[in-house]
Amino acid sequence: MDLLLNGEPFSVGQTQTITDLIASLDLDGKFAIELNQTIIPRSEYTNTTLHAGDRIEIVEAIGGG
Amino acid sequence: MANINTDIISIAGIDYSSRLLVGTGKYKDLEETKNAIEASGAQIVTVAIRRSNIGQNKDEPNLLDVISPDKYTILPNTAGCYDAESAVRTCRLARELMDGHDLVKLEVLGDKKTLFPDIPQTLDAAKQLVEDGFKVMVYTSDDPIMAKRFEDIGCVAVMPLAAPIGSGLGIRNPYNIRTIVENASVPILVDAGVGTASDAAIAMELGCDGVLMNTAIAEARNPVLMASAMKKAIEAGREAYLAGRMPRRAYASASSPIDGQFF
Repeated sequence: MDLLLNGEPFSVGQTQTITDLIASLDLDGKFAIELNQTIIPRSEYTNTTLHAGDRIEIVEAIGGG
Repeated sequence: MANINTDIISIAGIDYSSRLLVGTGKYKDLEETKNAIEASGAQIVTVAIRRSNIGQNKDEPNLLDVISPDKYTILPNTAGCYDAESAVRTCRLARELMDGHDLVKLEVLGDKKTLFPDIPQTLDAAKQLVEDGFKVMVYTSDDPIMAKRFEDIGCVAVMPLAAPIGSGLGIRNPYNIRTIVENASVPILVDAGVGTASDAAIAMELGCDGVLMNTAIAEARNPVLMASAMKKAIEAGREAYLAGRMPRRAYASASSPIDGQFF
């Protein structure tokens, strides 16, 4: 299944939730996730299934003024 | 009597003893960021919201590990947004990222060359954010009418620019800044344009409640030392404002008495 992850094409296995995706990305620190421009609260990661063509943004805090 | 030790600034219901707010951009590394922020004494620290690097620099420490939300009030910004929609979207992501923290620095830019704010877009975004429960500190031009407008729609602080972001040109229009301060009933902070310590002191002498800066510290030859200088300049300028300066005179006024002269 092909997704668009942070603007780049990204392939994952067939049935995946956001929790699965995060685990496969080995992310650490604090982040927030948007699925097709809708924010997904952390509590919903396990219940949110991804579909082909989904656009996912994973963002974090970085240095800025 | 005004005492610098009990002179607090209250933003969105929280009291701070430091009137210097600092950014975290443009530093050499996170170690320098941390040291400069500690030297500045700042309690409110801005961050930007950007895409995570997927699969890169995995072992690099996270900014929020170094600038802990337990120790500092983190102020997510909307830097780089050129329309209200992306600014509001950024703030909502920041709130999710920061576990419901709703204090944000709104900036909607109009032009890449000057980074001056797009006021109609900023106003539109501010209205949406206030309605959505955000506590908005808004970056705006040094226009007293607009400053009042942002206060009226419910922004918790209004932050006029002193000069273009990152320019280091200092307070270009002190009369406007003073007018904004005089009219305000929310904190007024100069945001952007400060170049060195005297600029920060001037902003405070004009009566500003605080100053937000990034480049003036981060691009100094010695950022940690400049952060310390800025801390002192903010305190000195604030004390001078509270003390009330002497009147300006066109001619001299002798400091030593005329009486008792024997020559």
